[in-house]
Amino acid sequence: MKALLGIFGFVIFAPLAGGILCGLDRIVTARMQGRYGPPVLQSFYDVLKLFQKQNLVVNRFHGYFLFCFLIFLIISGSILYAGDDFLMVVFALTVADMFLVMAAYSTNSPYSFIGAQRELLQMLAVEPMLLITGIGFYLAAGSFDIGHIVSVGKPLIFKMPGIFFGLVYVLTIKIRKSPFDLSTSHHAHQEIVKGLTTEFAGPTLALVEIAHWYETILMLSFVFLFFASQPVVGILLAILIYFIEIIIDNTNARVKWQFTLKSSWIVTLLFGGINLFILYILK
Amino acid sequence: MSFLKKSPWIIHYDGSSCNGCDIEVLACLTPMYDVERFGIINIGNPKHADVLIITGAVNSQNASVIKTIYHQMGDPKVVLAVGICAASGNFFRDCYNIKGGVDTVIPVDIYVPGCAARPEAIIDGVVAVLKLLEEKTKK
Ligand code: SF4
Repeated sequence: MKALLGIFGFVIFAPLAGGILCGLDRIVTARMQGRYGPPVLQSFYDVLKLFQKQNLVVNRFHGYFLFCFLIFLIISGSILYAGDDFLMVVFALTVADMFLVMAAYSTNSPYSFIGAQRELLQMLAVEPMLLITGIGFYLAAGSFDIGHIVSVGKPLIFKMPGIFFGLVYVLTIKIRKSPFDLSTSHHAHQEIVKGLTTEFAGPTLALVEIAHWYETILMLSFVFLFFASQPVVGILLAILIYFIEIIIDNTNARVKWQFTLKSSWIVTLLFGGINLFILYILK
Repeated sequence: MSFLKKSPWIIHYDGSSCNGCDIEVLACLTPMYDVERFGIINIGNPKHADVLIITGAVNSQNASVIKTIYHQMGDPKVVLAVGICAASGNFFRDCYNIKGGVDTVIPVDIYVPGCAARPEAIIDGVVAVLKLLEEKTKK
């Protein structure tokens, strides 16, 4: 029953919270640039508008692929909020991303191709850290089970600060913020930066946007898991981390994929790896 | 209810202009005028755009480009011609390569006059466009 409530809550409230968060993101960004910024609900207006636009389909599969992308993201989050296995969450997330890449490849456009390749590289950069996070939870809490991880008395951050830092580093890649918004970006003034979403138009682009809300909330939930025993502190810190991501987004220029891959692996190895090693010895 | 009114995304194409109107279009995005207040974004991708803003006249080389951009945009869409060049060709119209205003190749919905068109006038034009977008969604 609790699991069902968790899933229900995620499916309904994640897009609402994600959309509002994206709206706030745009306002904060605008204020940092000395502008006034759009209304808080702007992200919802954008998506509702996209549903009213013509659906330009270049390949009869791309809509289905994007739909699967959204579905698997929801499944991934549902597993997390049902309190199930952390590793399953990560694997479902990977499957979701694969569908996004396949959707981009199906459109046969050079811009989408480049975006898809960059998305694959980003997955390569992120995945090791996500797995290390899972193993870290296992060593620190004694289980991959999220229900169990949440019920541990002391916040897990004290046992795994290095892993936390590593996760926050790859978070920038995952929620598509500059300097790591290589595969597709919200601040795109040309096709190559729009990357894998270049060819999606109207309702299909709306699906990508909704998926982005789910993804943001899912990633922030990962951050929350480190403070799960103190829910209020956890939520506040997750919001703080998002705010820090906005600052990073606004103060950094987009980097090359080589740097993204190298730096994220170095951070993963240094912070995640050493933290994991210490956890293993102390166990 | 049409949500197009609340989030018109713009693609800006620069034809044979002197770049004067261009700079004014971009000025609309700066903190001084900040059109993002109305949900307007300069998107740079015809497939995502709702409004095509063209500055400058049409010449024999960019005519096909303008047509392609126009046809890549999904319905409902509107075209905004900014500046006298985009309206009629201005003082370039007698040049051997100039075809004239934007309406010689694609249908234009709104003309914004001025040489260069002021940002205030451009924003006025975009507001007029919003009304038109709502009408077009109803159809
Ligand atoms: S209308 Fe005037 S300012 Fe605008 S592009 Fe033409 S010549 Fe330049």
